[in-house]
Amino acid sequence: MLKYAFRRILGMIPMLFLISVIVFTLAKLMPGDSLSGEIDPRNTNPQYIQEMREKLGYNDPVPQQYFRWVGNFVQGDFGKSTRFKIDVSEVIGERLPNTIMLGITSIIITYILAFIMGTYAGRKPYTLGDNFISGLNYLGLSIPAFVAGVFAIFLFSFKLGWFPSNGSVDIGVTEGTLEYWLSRLHHVFLPAVVLGFLNIASYTQFLRNDIIENSRKDFVRTARAKGTSEKKIYNVHILRNSIIPLITYLGFDIVAIISGAIITETIFTYPGLGQLFLQSVGTRDYPVLMTLTMLFSFLTLLGNLVADILYGVVDPRIRLD
Amino acid sequence: MSEKKLLLKEAPLLEVKNLETAFDIDGTYYNAVDQVSFTVKPRQIVGVVGESGCGKSVMSLSIMQLLPKGVGKVTSGEITFDGLNLEKMSEGQINKIRGKDISMIFQEPMTSLNPVFTIGYQLMEVLFNHLKISKREARQKAIALLKSVGISRPEKIVDEYPHQLSGGMRQRVMIAIAIACQPKLLIADEPTTALDVTVQAQILELLKDIQEVNDMSVILITHDLGVVAEMCDEVMVMYAGRIVERTDVDTLFYNPKHPYTTLLLGAIPKMDDEEERLSSIQGIVPSLTNMPVTGCRFANRCPKAMPECFTITPELRETDPGHEAACLLYETSKPREGVNK
Repeated sequence: MLKYAFRRILGMIPMLFLISVIVFTLAKLMPGDSLSGEIDPRNTNPQYIQEMREKLGYNDPVPQQYFRWVGNFVQGDFGKSTRFKIDVSEVIGERLPNTIMLGITSIIITYILAFIMGTYAGRKPYTLGDNFISGLNYLGLSIPAFVAGVFAIFLFSFKLGWFPSNGSVDIGVTEGTLEYWLSRLHHVFLPAVVLGFLNIASYTQFLRNDIIENSRKDFVRTARAKGTSEKKIYNVHILRNSIIPLITYLGFDIVAIISGAIITETIFTYPGLGQLFLQSVGTRDYPVLMTLTMLFSFLTLLGNLVADILYGVVDPRIRLD
Repeated sequence: MSEKKLLLKEAPLLEVKNLETAFDIDGTYYNAVDQVSFTVKPRQIVGVVGESGCGKSVMSLSIMQLLPKGVGKVTSGEITFDGLNLEKMSEGQINKIRGKDISMIFQEPMTSLNPVFTIGYQLMEVLFNHLKISKREARQKAIALLKSVGISRPEKIVDEYPHQLSGGMRQRVMIAIAIACQPKLLIADEPTTALDVTVQAQILELLKDIQEVNDMSVILITHDLGVVAEMCDEVMVMYAGRIVERTDVDTLFYNPKHPYTTLLLGAIPKMDDEEERLSSIQGIVPSLTNMPVTGCRFANRCPKAMPECFTITPELRETDPGHEAACLLYETSKPREGVNK
């Protein structure tokens, strides 16, 4: 297993190199640069802009710029944010905890709800309860996050006032206290549910269908022939088989935790990586933009690896070597 | 022979009376098992033979109450096992009997075991279901059981997963699970069909040994008459959901009554046969939705069919002592009263 993981990680290096070329090329292809994005050209001396371009190396040949960027990147120097004038790692580090908090809350809500609804519907298929859950899920699948988000803010923030509509924490609470964490949880709940909406629906249906399929398998008949109770057949024999595909999704979900949710974070003005990503595009903050893209790419590769390893852990038929 | 006569006097272990099992096809129920009655006595091996689709498996699943839910159900008849009415039992009550007093092994050893649990877990599960036993004892018993079904290195196999074993090994594991609680009755539904010929012989040998050691009764479902000759005391021939002939194994081979039995026996290839073509029975078993409503269900394939065969339904009657057949050729004999009297 270790050897397998090591080999896969080595295999990521050429992949990341290729990704870096694409990321850099795309960034260069975008119109404008940080100077045209940040500075109002009408009240700035064009000569100054030219000097700054020269100083920042924007006039160097593109391959030279690329290798300078990659060279610094692999040494852990991700550059300075042109917007915040501080290190990129610091900018990202500030937002990362918020995004992780949102992602984890969302995953926990998703898995709990999908598990409860999926196992119920799978055990009692084609009943009223199952049809009700299916109906809910199709509704969930067909409402895009930006609609669900706005609607949730309208209903739960403005009309009912249960949850705050923006930010990640109340102003004025001291960091580290219980009150602080409760306030964060309070802020994160609504965006987390909206973020999980789509996944809840698809995971529930997925689990339901897998349970139905497995309940018709020969090994279930064997378990019945052994005198195993119906409850145990569903909770042990079938569930242990049906949970396998879901667990492998966890690999991708871990990535999703960090990649953040561009739309949801923006709607809830939640200061996470997704929002940062969108703002960086708007202000042509290329160092932040490229670092984030590289980070997301790396995490996607890592998520694939985690999914494959989890597969090997939960399914005895699959051996990794 | 004297031993067999002794058997006949004993009270039956399993008594099936007028069993009818129906399957739901597009909202209508069709009988896959029709008016089946038979008994199994202690220590007896009863063979059930017939082509595929004759209702052999459905009949055995009916006894075990293992019919697929919502699709198949026992619509009438009585199944009495050891004085208990199986068809009236609740799920909880039948679970106390399944795996303990009646066990079953299936045709498909490749899919009958749960792929994500170890052999040991699946074997110990049946012990935990029915016996008060500690984990350590169960494990030791599981290893002993694996050994008793002829698995070498049982200490290692007990921690392995089904996909690591061959088909023959898996069927041995299934047998070990089935005999774990020393059942009184074992239903073996084509236990060797999916296996290699050499492995088939070993598995049958094993079943016979276990039957003798444990004093079990066995219902052996097969479409291999060679297996019947080898293993069984009594044979029932089934066709299209009904029993068409029933007698002891010697009589069946030397003096078959029903034309279907005769044709089945004729389909066995012989070593000294000069003929190159294998003989077969014309036509196929009618499907559930296509069953003849009146008359003998075999009539349209029967070489001896008479016009009245298509209108009069033959009943299972005693033609000779201990020999019953359902065929109009023997209708002159007196109809039987009840089951196996």
